Amino acid sequence: MRIESSDQFKAYHAEARTRDEGLTRKILVCCGTGCLATGAKEVAEAFVHEIEDRKLDVEVGLGVKSTGCHGFCERGPLVAFLPEGLLYTKVKAKKVPEIIEKTIIGRELIPGLLYKNPVNKERIAAYDEIPFYKNQVRVAMRNIGRIDPTDLMDAVAHDAYAGLAKALFEMTPDEVLDEVETSGQRGRGGAGFNTARKWRSCKSAPGDRRFVLCNGDEGDPGAFKDRSIMEGDPHSVLEGMIIGAYALGAHEGYIYVRDEYPLAVVNLQLAIIEARKVGLLGENIMGSGFDFDIQISRGGGAFVCGESSALMRSLAGMTGEPRAKYVHSTAKGLFDLPTVLNNVETWAGIGAIVHHGGAWFAAMGTDKSKGTKAFSLVGKVKNTGLIELPMGTTLRHIIYDIGGGVLKDRPFKAVQTGGPSGGCIPEELLDLPVDYEKLTEAGSMMGSGGMIVMDDRTCMVDVARYFIAFLTEESCGKCTPCREGLKQMLGLYDRLIEGRGTDGDIEKIEALAAGMQLGSLCELGKSAPNPVLSTLKYFRSEYEAHIKDHACPAGICREITAFEIMPDCDGCHACPKVCPTDAIAGTKKELHVIDHEACISCGACLDVCPTDSIRTFPKIELAAEEVV
Amino acid sequence: MAETPCVDLSKTEEILGSYPHEEPSLIQVLQDVHRAYNYLPCDVLVRVAEVLEVPLAKVFSVSTFYKAFSLEPQGDTIIKVCMGTACHIRGAGQLVEELERKLGIGADETTEDLRFTVKTVNCVGACAMAPVMLVGEKYWGSAKPARMEKYLAAGGNDEN
Repeated sequence: MRIESSDQFKAYHAEARTRDEGLTRKILVCCGTGCLATGAKEVAEAFVHEIEDRKLDVEVGLGVKSTGCHGFCERGPLVAFLPEGLLYTKVKAKKVPEIIEKTIIGRELIPGLLYKNPVNKERIAAYDEIPFYKNQVRVAMRNIGRIDPTDLMDAVAHDAYAGLAKALFEMTPDEVLDEVETSGQRGRGGAGFNTARKWRSCKSAPGDRRFVLCNGDEGDPGAFKDRSIMEGDPHSVLEGMIIGAYALGAHEGYIYVRDEYPLAVVNLQLAIIEARKVGLLGENIMGSGFDFDIQISRGGGAFVCGESSALMRSLAGMTGEPRAKYVHSTAKGLFDLPTVLNNVETWAGIGAIVHHGGAWFAAMGTDKSKGTKAFSLVGKVKNTGLIELPMGTTLRHIIYDIGGGVLKDRPFKAVQTGGPSGGCIPEELLDLPVDYEKLTEAGSMMGSGGMIVMDDRTCMVDVARYFIAFLTEESCGKCTPCREGLKQMLGLYDRLIEGRGTDGDIEKIEALAAGMQLGSLCELGKSAPNPVLSTLKYFRSEYEAHIKDHACPAGICREITAFEIMPDCDGCHACPKVCPTDAIAGTKKELHVIDHEACISCGACLDVCPTDSIRTFPKIELAAEEVV
Repeated sequence: MAETPCVDLSKTEEILGSYPHEEPSLIQVLQDVHRAYNYLPCDVLVRVAEVLEVPLAKVFSVSTFYKAFSLEPQGDTIIKVCMGTACHIRGAGQLVEELERKLGIGADETTEDLRFTVKTVNCVGACAMAPVMLVGEKYWGSAKPARMEKYLAAGGNDEN
C-alpha cells in the first residue's frame, strides 16, 4: 500500500493503532547494543518460541517486541511488561519459561529479577518507579524502548510521521519554520546553535538545490545517545529530516553515520526502505507533491569528521579536513551548495515539536536552553546508561538521584562533560543547572551529552593527558597550532605523569593552550585546551603534586606510584588472582605482600580488594627507604 | 609495490560497477573493497584510482586518513579495545596490556599466523558497560584482563 493523501495516512495510523491494541499484553525486550552484548537476542528468541509453543499469542493476546535501548544498560538484558509496567533486569534466556509460567500466566512477580535500588536495597517492580526512569522526560527518545525499530507500523502506531503529516497538509514551509523558531530548539550536537536561525540562513541563500544532512558521527568518547536514537527509533530521524527539507525546499538528504555503529546503519537503511515503500519518503510524499529522499553514508572512522565542513568534505569522498569558518555551510556546504547540517538528536526532536507545537517544547528547560536533552551517564557511577531530562536539571540530581551516586560509594571528584572539547566540573559546582550557558561558564560545554563521573581514583592530570593524546591522534594535521600544539602539549603531559615535570611546565602548557585557542582553524583545535584548562582551574594542586612531590594523589600514574598491602588484609587471596605479573605473594587468611620489583603499578589488586586494604604511595618513598 | 601479492581483481571490478564513477564514490568504494579483502591491497587502489578518475595520490591520502582502512593484511578476527573516556577510567589500558602478553602484539598489529589483529578504537558507544572490547562482532562488557583467555577462545563467534 502507498499513502497518497492525508486521509490515507490517518487510515494507516488507525490501522497501526488497531494492530497494536490487538495485543493486550506485551513483552518488550531491549535489544540495544548493551543488552545484545549480554544476551538479549537469545532472550527475545526464547520468548518467541515459548509464546508460539504455548499459543499464548492467540489465547492471551501476548506479543513480544525487540526494541531499541531502554537506556539502563548497566542492568541488561532488560525486559519490560505491558500493560503492567513491570521491569525485569539481568534476564537470562534460561529464565524465560519460568517468567512465562509465573509472571505471564500466574501473574506473580519473580523478586530476583526486580531492580534493587542501590541506595536503600529495596526491590522495585514498576518501571516508572525506578529512580533512573522516574525523573526522565523524553522527547527525542520518546519512542525508544517502546517500539520495534524495524517495524514501521509499530512506529506509526506511536505517532511517528504525525508531525510530518501535519507539516505537509496543514502548514506552509514558512509556518514550519516559525514553529521550530517558537520551540527555541538549539543544536544537540554540542555548540547549541539555534535550529531555526540555521534553517533561515540556509533558506535565504541563493540557489535552487540545497541539502539536508544529519550528523550521526558521534565521536565524543563517552557519548552514545545518537547511536541509541539511530538504532532504537530511526524513523524519528527520518521524519525530522523530511520536515526540515519541506521547510527549506530541499530534495536531497544524507545521514553520515560513524563507522563504529553497524547496527545504526542497518536499522536506518531498513527504515528508509520501509518509509519509501509506503510513500513516506521519496517522490510525492503522502501524495503532497513534495519530493525528498535520503541516502546513508558511512564514515571512515575519523573524529574530526563530526566537524561540519570536514563531514561535508568526507561526504564528497575526500579526506575530512575542515575549512575556515568565514564560509558558512548554510550558503556553501556540501558540493558548495546551501546545506543544513543538524545532529541526530536535533532531527529526532523536530517531529515532536511540529506535532505538539513549538510552545510545548519551549515550556520545558531554562530561559535560553529550551526543551530536554539526552545524556549518557557513565564512568564511576552506579546506574550507568542513557537518560533524557529537561534542560536546567542540576548535576547533583543527575548523578545522585538518577545515577544512584558514585560507584562503591567512593568520594566524588569530578564529572567530565562535552567530550574532548569539554572540561571537568568539580564537586563545588554540583548544584549547577545543566544548560548550554552554565556549562560553558564552568569551563566545559554541552557537547554530545556525555557525562563521565570520576571518583577519587581518577587522576585529573591523566584525564587531561588522555584527551590530549586522543586529539593528537585525531587532529587532521591541516593547521599548525592544532597539529604541533597538541604534540608539544602531549610531551609535557608525558613528563608530568612520569614524574619528570619541572617548575614552569604548567605555564608552558597554559601558553600553548592560549595559542591553540587563538590560532586553530576549527573547533577541534580551538576547544582542545578545554580539558587542560578546566583541570588546571579546579585541580591545580594535583598538577603541583606531580611536579613538586613526584606523587600522583589518585595513585593512577604508574611511573610514580607504588602499592602496598596494609596489615588489615584478611588474606582473601583475591588480589594474586588478578595480578598480571604475579607480584603478590601470600597464603590464604594471611597477610599478603607485594614485590615492588615485579609490580607494574597497574592497580588491578586495589580494584578487587574487598576490604580496601591496599594503598598507594609515591614511588619516590621506596627509593628513600633503600637509602636508609 | 612490486612486493604486494597479486590479488584477485574481479571483486574490485564488481564493487566499482555498483557505484557512479566519480570522486564522491571513493570512500564508499574503499569501504566495500576493504570488506572484501580485509585490507586495501595496492593493486586495488591503483585500479580504483583509474576507474573513478581520481589521482592515485588522492586515493592514497584518503586510504591513510581514515582509521577504518588498513594497507596491511589484517587478521581473521579483529579485536577492538575501546579507549573511550568511560573505558579509560575503568581500566581499558590493562586490557591492551593483557592482549600484548597473551598474543605478543600491541595495538594496530597482527599476529604472524594472521589470526588476530588488535586495534584500539575511540569509543564504540557502549560506555555503560565500560570497559568494552570486541572480539570479531562479539561485545564483551565490563571486560577483565583475567578473563582474556575466554574472550579469545570465543573468537568471533557471536555466541554467549
